[in-house]
Amino acid sequence: MTSLEEFKKEFTQAGIAVENYQFSRAFGDDVILMPKEDLLKVFSLLRKNQKFDFLMDICGADYPQREKNGGKRFEVVYHFFNSKNAQRLRIKALVGDGETIDSALPVWRGADWFEREAYDMFGIIFKGHPNLRKLLTHHQFVGHPLRKDYEADRQQHCTQSIPIHFDNEPGVDGNILNENFVPINIGPSHPAMHGTLRVMAELDGETIVRASCEIGYLHRCFEKMAETHPYNQVIPYTDRLNYCSAPMNNVGYCKTVEKLMGIEIPPRAQALRVILCELSRIIDHIISVGTGGVDLGALTAFFHLFTYREKVYTLFEKLCGARLTVSMTRVGGMAQDAPDGWFDEVLSFCKEMRAGVDEITKLFLDNKIFIERTQGVCPISAADAIQWGYTGPLLRACGVGLDLRKVSPYYGYENYQFDVPIGSAGDIYDRYLVRIEEMKQSIRIVEQVCKSVPTGDYTVRLKGVVLPEKKDVYGNIEGLMNHFMLVIKGLRPPIGETYDATEAANGELGFYLVSDGSANPYRLKVRPPCFAIWQSFPTVVKGALIADAVATVASMNVIAGELDR
Amino acid sequence: MSSNSQTISPVASPVTSSHVKSSSGYSGTQDINDMSRSFALTTKLDSIIAWGRKNALWPMPYGTACCGIELMSVMGPRYDLARFGAEVVRFSPRQSDLLLVAGTITEKMAPVLIRIYRQMLEPKYVLSMGACASSGGFYRAYHVLQGCDKVIPVDVYVPGCPPTPEAVLDGIMLLQKMIASGQPRPWRDNWKAPDHD
Ligand code: SF4
Repeated sequence: MTSLEEFKKEFTQAGIAVENYQFSRAFGDDVILMPKEDLLKVFSLLRKNQKFDFLMDICGADYPQREKNGGKRFEVVYHFFNSKNAQRLRIKALVGDGETIDSALPVWRGADWFEREAYDMFGIIFKGHPNLRKLLTHHQFVGHPLRKDYEADRQQHCTQSIPIHFDNEPGVDGNILNENFVPINIGPSHPAMHGTLRVMAELDGETIVRASCEIGYLHRCFEKMAETHPYNQVIPYTDRLNYCSAPMNNVGYCKTVEKLMGIEIPPRAQALRVILCELSRIIDHIISVGTGGVDLGALTAFFHLFTYREKVYTLFEKLCGARLTVSMTRVGGMAQDAPDGWFDEVLSFCKEMRAGVDEITKLFLDNKIFIERTQGVCPISAADAIQWGYTGPLLRACGVGLDLRKVSPYYGYENYQFDVPIGSAGDIYDRYLVRIEEMKQSIRIVEQVCKSVPTGDYTVRLKGVVLPEKKDVYGNIEGLMNHFMLVIKGLRPPIGETYDATEAANGELGFYLVSDGSANPYRLKVRPPCFAIWQSFPTVVKGALIADAVATVASMNVIAGELDR
Repeated sequence: MSSNSQTISPVASPVTSSHVKSSSGYSGTQDINDMSRSFALTTKLDSIIAWGRKNALWPMPYGTACCGIELMSVMGPRYDLARFGAEVVRFSPRQSDLLLVAGTITEKMAPVLIRIYRQMLEPKYVLSMGACASSGGFYRAYHVLQGCDKVIPVDVYVPGCPPTPEAVLDGIMLLQKMIASGQPRPWRDNWKAPDHD
């Protein structure tokens, strides 16, 4: 770990004057606030020697009050991660309205869409970004919706669909490179596009000469909704980020709020969360592998795998009543305890699933057609993957064994025996190989947890955080008062900000949370794992056949809900 | 079809001769009236067409979000939409007659949805699955269309976030009833395409 003092020394040695810098440590995060002019110099320095190899997230935040006081309105926040020692670093720079800030693209390719999003949402202009245009909102949208002065429900209608375009503004026809090339459009409503993705490609025969992605067809304004709802009411919105593995998003969000509030949840809640997460990982991979098979023409596997998914739904239903969008966690623990005998049912599911995974292995990984369609197709190297900000199974398929459950364990993952499977080629085959192996490992974890579930409470009992039990609300005056106070005042974390990440099914799911001490989050930024992955798609499929591009889309398992938020 | 009163009846055949010999050499003597009565049923032309339509809906799953995942369950082995004759999922609007809007429709998506709806051939039906498709759901937000009925006519709304697969099946059965009874659909007849491209 590099301490803040060491950073200071390193910067000074490199000839950077650090007088105007603010080094601070808050809620376990290292934060450096610096003038925006020095950003690129510092970034290169951080990157050197692979110290911080990942640029995890870039986002903006709007503080109109500061502008009124003569300061600068926007903050641009960068999150760095060092995969060697799991150290995180947050760098912040201030920008005024209409001012420019240097783009991080020369140092990290993965900054591309993150900066476009910040431009779209706040109007922050990144100097040197070659293609700074809207990303999520539609092309007729005027204004920047995450600015505090944009009302959450002010809709602007879109009356035209966006024509095919490449690296230019939509509305201008994508200028074809060569008149013999054919531009084609796939999506947003297309079976291979898994929901609402859209790919535009220019073809030479069947080979992709260049491609471009248009996203935002499912931009549901999650971050704005979070700013207008109390902390616990944000939980159902998080379900709908990655809806293939909804409980994982609940856990990631609650863990962030708990970090800000300094709450340690009881062991039983931790165990329940681990079970939920690992079951979700299994069903997420089921969707990924199943629909991936459909895209390659193998419909049987989808039907077969869905039987197992239904079984997990039944388990969730027993636990909380909902199948898909469970909203099972609360800040401070779980919403309720598991019913009697639930853990035994989970154990017997694990047994069935084990047999299921073996079948899937035979159906897919040993299948000649599958092997020929996927092996050596659209591979990506480990170095490139890190540059783009890949995490999760896709990164591991390239041979990088990064898994947050191992490098910075939470909820007792360090006590469970499991392996982190890695691939070698980074091609489509390895991605499925890693996913299928991960399902086995998740089963292992669930079995270990179920065999020794800690007893005790399923949530903390702090009166400013968790509602009292119903028997107290109806039974004694103190319970009634606490209930009333919490409902009226809301859950109020201290003023401050934090970033926390969990290993979700697709990779690092991070939440950057700013609290101003009120009952709603002031700013909540999600770092969705597939956002960084999907931005690399045009580069990855360049020169590939169009049919292989379809296989690549499926293997990336891009979930529009978390991509567009 | 305006022939509500027209009745098809094989009995109306003018053949009265009592000896019919089949080409295969079958030599039994049978009254054709008896014979036809043994397999024919009388009905109205409209009803039999409606019966065919309701039992052979070809859905186009327009799954944009979480509801789309639950729609997969509806198609999947446990709930099996095929039991209601609607298993031929078509991803081309031109081959389908039931648009299943499953998931949030954003402002950016609205023009696409309209185009898809217009590309479908008559007769066509729309089922809106879930709170988002029906009303915007809990996304009262700057980029979310507050219900797909703002741009296309909807026949059946299925509530829920997401609706359970049973609820979706119920919605489909309701639609089947509507088709069978030939219920008037003023929302569809009075629909004017929004002023979009
Ligand atoms: S109704 Fe609920 S489950 Fe369905 S798309 Fe909307 S948010 Fe998702």
